[in-house]
Amino acid sequence: MATHAQAAAHDDHDHKPHGWRRWVFSTNHKDIGTMYLVFACTMFFVGGTMALVIRAELFQPGLQFVDPQFFNSMTAMHALVMIFGAIMPAWVGLANWMIPMQIGAPDMALPRLNNLSFWILPFAFTLLLGTLFVPGGAPAGGWTMYPPLALQGGDSFPMMIFAIHLMGASSILGAINVVVTIMNMRAPGMNLLKMPLFVWTWLITAYLLVAVMPVLAGAVTMLLTDHFFGTSFFAASGGGDPVMFQHIFWFFGHPEVYIMILPAFGVVSEIIPTFSRKPLFGYESMVYATAAIGFLSFIVWAHHMFTVGMPLAGQLFFMLATMLISVPTGVKIFNWCATMTRGSLSFEPPMLFALAFLFLFTIGGFSGLMLAIVPADFQYQDSYFVVAHFHYVLVPGSLFAIIGAVYYWLPKWVGRMYDQTLAKWHFWLSAIFVNVLFFPQHFLGLAGMPRRIPDYATQFADWNMVSSIGAFGFGFSQLLLPYIVIKCVKAGSKAADRPWDGAHGLEWELPSPAPFHSWETPPSAAIIARGAEH
Amino acid sequence: MTRTMQKSAAALIGCAFALLAAPAHAASGWALLNMPEGVTELSKKIYDLHMMIFWWCVAIGIFVFGWMIWAIVAFRKSKGAVANTAMVHSTKAEIIWTLIPVGILVAMSVPSARVLIDIEDARNTELTVRVTAYQWKWQYQYLGTDVGYYSTLAHESNTARQLQSGIDPQTVPNYLLDVDHPLVVPAGTKVRLLITAQDVIHAWWVPDFGMKKDAIPGLINEMWIKVDTDKTGRYRGQCAELCGRDHGFMPIVVDVLSKGDFEAWLATQQATVKQAAAPATAAPSIS
Ligand code: HEM
Ligand SMILES: [Cu+2]
Ligand SMILES: [Cu+2]
Repeated sequence: MATHAQAAAHDDHDHKPHGWRRWVFSTNHKDIGTMYLVFACTMFFVGGTMALVIRAELFQPGLQFVDPQFFNSMTAMHALVMIFGAIMPAWVGLANWMIPMQIGAPDMALPRLNNLSFWILPFAFTLLLGTLFVPGGAPAGGWTMYPPLALQGGDSFPMMIFAIHLMGASSILGAINVVVTIMNMRAPGMNLLKMPLFVWTWLITAYLLVAVMPVLAGAVTMLLTDHFFGTSFFAASGGGDPVMFQHIFWFFGHPEVYIMILPAFGVVSEIIPTFSRKPLFGYESMVYATAAIGFLSFIVWAHHMFTVGMPLAGQLFFMLATMLISVPTGVKIFNWCATMTRGSLSFEPPMLFALAFLFLFTIGGFSGLMLAIVPADFQYQDSYFVVAHFHYVLVPGSLFAIIGAVYYWLPKWVGRMYDQTLAKWHFWLSAIFVNVLFFPQHFLGLAGMPRRIPDYATQFADWNMVSSIGAFGFGFSQLLLPYIVIKCVKAGSKAADRPWDGAHGLEWELPSPAPFHSWETPPSAAIIARGAEH
Repeated sequence: MTRTMQKSAAALIGCAFALLAAPAHAASGWALLNMPEGVTELSKKIYDLHMMIFWWCVAIGIFVFGWMIWAIVAFRKSKGAVANTAMVHSTKAEIIWTLIPVGILVAMSVPSARVLIDIEDARNTELTVRVTAYQWKWQYQYLGTDVGYYSTLAHESNTARQLQSGIDPQTVPNYLLDVDHPLVVPAGTKVRLLITAQDVIHAWWVPDFGMKKDAIPGLINEMWIKVDTDKTGRYRGQCAELCGRDHGFMPIVVDVLSKGDFEAWLATQQATVKQAAAPATAAPSIS
């Protein structure tokens, strides 16, 4: 308790700058975390608006609202904004807020780098969103940027590439900071196998980021030189190979999908034990499973390109390796189920989101397994079935985990409790509409509807209409999130230091709201021991 | 609006069950839920594989979702459940739920590998058609003959699909799935398609034939189809790789004729080409 008092006392001496300087020059992990989260939320609504343009056009057959070229821009931009602008920055924001608090550190190891990695993002996205206003329109070759199509882009093409370079730089700096913080700033006694799973999953995620963001940078740079400097890395006419781009891209791309989901595994591994009032089942196997997934994610990339025409041996290898990923993924799901078994469960908003994650991510895992079966993938590939798959793993997967994390830690961040009834409304609306939105897309894909088309044959009309209704329902329900958060910050009731009775971990040993500098003095061994009852 | 929503919700639930109950063969609308079985040797194998994994997933799903629901219902704090905080680890359980999935994966991968090997066996084909993709049309050339032509979106669909055309797509027959000149192939014959592209990447996909293949500039991909002799008729598909503005508007239509009809058709085409070429021998042929 001594630390409590100390930390609280110190709070009064925080020399935090005021006004805009506090944010622009910030080197504080909490302020930077907040900026990341606000940025992610903004981009989430920007990307969401684009998705609604897409779903409005697909509400009925025929072209009602937008030109096909603009439609293609919307699909490409929606994906880029959601992946690089919403999901990834949200995870970095949560890492900023939570990692120092969870490992008993005062702040991130490299605070100025932290400032830089955040402030790169607004520039990157100004550039990216700026493409909407240049001649020729925004990038329209998909977020995957396959050449030769991507090379047909107009002025938006170099802008997109520089934006991606900036995002990549930001991610790499953020990841380095996470690695250095976790490796060097843990409180004495907080050894690796005592770390909470959110920290563990982020550590592995950070290594994935450092490994693959430069690969993406290389791929898009080669695109750039193909376009402007006469190289022909990807042009068959010059001795290059368009398929090589896909190999390089997916060598980045598949680990990238795990970059977006591993921290979600971490969050769910915190929330489920808390609301089951029981330690996480199989902590060590969870760590090993995460590491196994991280490793496997490097050797499965070609499952995104089974239809390009690979040798039989290659197809078999990538099929088997991909199927193998479902083993550690299964281990995780079983461990979460076992955590709940013989627990004492209550269903506060964070738990609700974690449970929806558990159910719906599993559905995405099933469709993933189906997609891994090469002959069947020859049918599924580039159809709406794939769209359904990745949205099940990304929306009720990554996004629900992010929302769950916000509802879990918000009382700690601001020292106030949010309106839980409203948050439950947010949950039920999201959970119902997300299925109305994405489940029918399985049917559409299996029945033969290709992805990335602005208009479709009339037999696809019924399920497209359902999906669009789900989209608008889901989109508008999300407005509750900023409303609930703002209401909480302004007028929430005072939250206890440990607002969830089952919560363990060092963050709950700090007062609510957490002091500006988290652990000025490292937590004592006793506190660590209490916190480490995973 | 609420009407539609109620209807949709009801339909959604109904169809989820329908999907479990029976693979739908049906033609359109709400009943279009599953992959078509298709009409080729390979498409049926692929369909069977798809259903096999689907049922595996259903079985695993019953177990996993059953466990989740049981845990959620049985261990509610509100019903007085007390946590057993000592239950944190079991090496035995970990081994079991690692090994059983591995076993299931092996059971899935063996038949998958078999089908894949069949798919890759493109020997002994009797007819070769070269398929070339362009933004935004297909070109079909019958190798060894002078027959070759382009295949583009049918005029009626093309008019209706313009932005705010005012034409109701429901009134257009085979909206977006109709072309001016379909590909023609014989049934009961192993036909080899050599697929490539001239500008950007496209993909040739007819769901009833079980698969798609990318059309990549500078590369020639191979794919074969053998339509059942009793399955003559017209089959439709679409380009399946984003290829620019009109990616959604380059459908594929294939007329499958009996062997005899096909020979007759090819002969007529040959004759027409010869006739056309006769007066001006310099006219370039596209093969
Ligand atoms: C059991 C684990 C999983 C397996 C076996 C799996 C398998 C696959 C396969 C084979 C594809 C390629 C499908 C195709 O294009 O034909 C695919 C696509 C995709 N997956 Fe997964 N997946 C799994 C989990 C995940 C997770 C956790 C995420 C992200 C959170 C994810 C995100 C994606 C995305 C974004 C795509 C589509 C990329 C694109 O084409 O734009 N997947 N998955
Ligand atoms: Cu992948
Ligand atoms: Cu296309």
